[in-house]
Amino acid sequence: MSATDIRDSDSPAIARGFRLQWEPAQSAHVLLYPEGMVKLNGSAGEILRRCDGVATLAEIVSDLEGAFSRSGLRADVVAFLTLAAERGWVAFRGRDEQAGAIGDGGE
Amino acid sequence: MAASERNGVTMPASVRPGPPLWLLFELTYRCPLQCVFCYNPVDFARLDQELATDEWLRVLHEARALGSVQLGLSGGEPLTRDDLEEITAEAHSLGFYTNLITSGVGLTQARLERLRTAGLDHIQLSFQDSTREMNDFLSHTRTFDLKRRVAGWIKALDYPMVLNCVIHRLNIDHIDKIIEMAVEMGAEYLELANAQYYSWAHLNRDALLPSRAQLQAAEETTNRWRDRLQGRMRILFVVPDYYEERPKRCMNGWGSTFMTVTPDGTALPCHTARMLPGLEFPNVRTSSVREIWYDSEGFNRFRGFGWMKEPCASCPEREKDFGGCRCQAYLLANDAAAADPVCSKSPFHHVVTEAVERAQQSRPVEKPLVFRHKEESLTRSDPALIRDS
Repeated sequence: MSATDIRDSDSPAIARGFRLQWEPAQSAHVLLYPEGMVKLNGSAGEILRRCDGVATLAEIVSDLEGAFSRSGLRADVVAFLTLAAERGWVAFRGRDEQAGAIGDGGE
Repeated sequence: MAASERNGVTMPASVRPGPPLWLLFELTYRCPLQCVFCYNPVDFARLDQELATDEWLRVLHEARALGSVQLGLSGGEPLTRDDLEEITAEAHSLGFYTNLITSGVGLTQARLERLRTAGLDHIQLSFQDSTREMNDFLSHTRTFDLKRRVAGWIKALDYPMVLNCVIHRLNIDHIDKIIEMAVEMGAEYLELANAQYYSWAHLNRDALLPSRAQLQAAEETTNRWRDRLQGRMRILFVVPDYYEERPKRCMNGWGSTFMTVTPDGTALPCHTARMLPGLEFPNVRTSSVREIWYDSEGFNRFRGFGWMKEPCASCPEREKDFGGCRCQAYLLANDAAAADPVCSKSPFHHVVTEAVERAQQSRPVEKPLVFRHKEESLTRSDPALIRDS
């Protein structure tokens, strides 16, 4: 998937087999998948925890901009979600629900 | 922060480990299979005091509080524990990502549904081979049809279908059929992991180590399938350590990430570390997970680099591989602090190359295969009897 593929009306969700949670021991959000874990930086965690399969890209961007009193975040969010989709962490409801690949969680 | 103080022992900050992120429960050594490559200890039958349910649950709580996130439920065959659902449910509610590693023997559709309800995240189903005859020969039970059925149930409950097949000299020539079968079953991920030579596999090494030609053919077959499948099923092919020139980064470093709890409650830095002589490993019956992870001699012994001898101590690659596997060093060089003899820099590398050279000869195996069963295990109490040389 390339950056131009993600539309404002798309609703990203954590892919099947992956689980996102906050880990106090690591002071970070982590993404868990079979026999692996990705420790997320702050912004990645903030984006992914809004990916509930309901909120659209436009809503996620606007929510983030409100929460962090910033504007112009769309490009960063799209760039991250593109990477996340390539790694199989997120899928887009109604588009590629089968996309969550197993054991493909990146590093 | 330069150092942390524990029990009066000053550990450099670089040695102070993070949390035991990955916890493996070997719930039982009981198993309906008798695989010739099993990594359970060869004297498993003497270790039959299994932890009770509430003890496993307490370990879950303590490990999770330290930051453990991944839980493997293994054995033996974990399905032989009838509290598997209870342990899974507790782990799930605590926030563990729960992985069941099973042969599928003993599973029913109803039980799988209960495990799903309990919050089981993931299942890895093991196969010995794709041909029924070979499967039955290698596992000593008629399980092949059952595994096919189990695979169907796993798919029906919308779990990713993940298959693991241990590869060795006796089944490696069937790899095309194994892959074909995995595709037919709708597997999304297939792990073709060559046996590594510990425990029962070490006893049977001369019969199980494939030749170089076999390995090459198997990798070529695997690559043909990868091209054909275009990512529809991912295939991981793991070669035996013996064919490598550098050792693996075993367990991501001793005591860095991983803790195994064996059926009797012994806590280990890896599945097979119990074989190492002169090391006391703590037990969850008498120590907390925190004490075990941070303060025990067994977990601290090979942390960091201070324990290393030459050629590891001055090796530029020591941070990459941590000197390889301590158990392999003990089995092949009779010294758990030696370089892993898989490394071409090891003075004992010849032990590996000699085994590999023997594997190139086509010859009948002189020793009969030793199957992992209780009676056999009871005759093998002395780890010294299972070493090379």
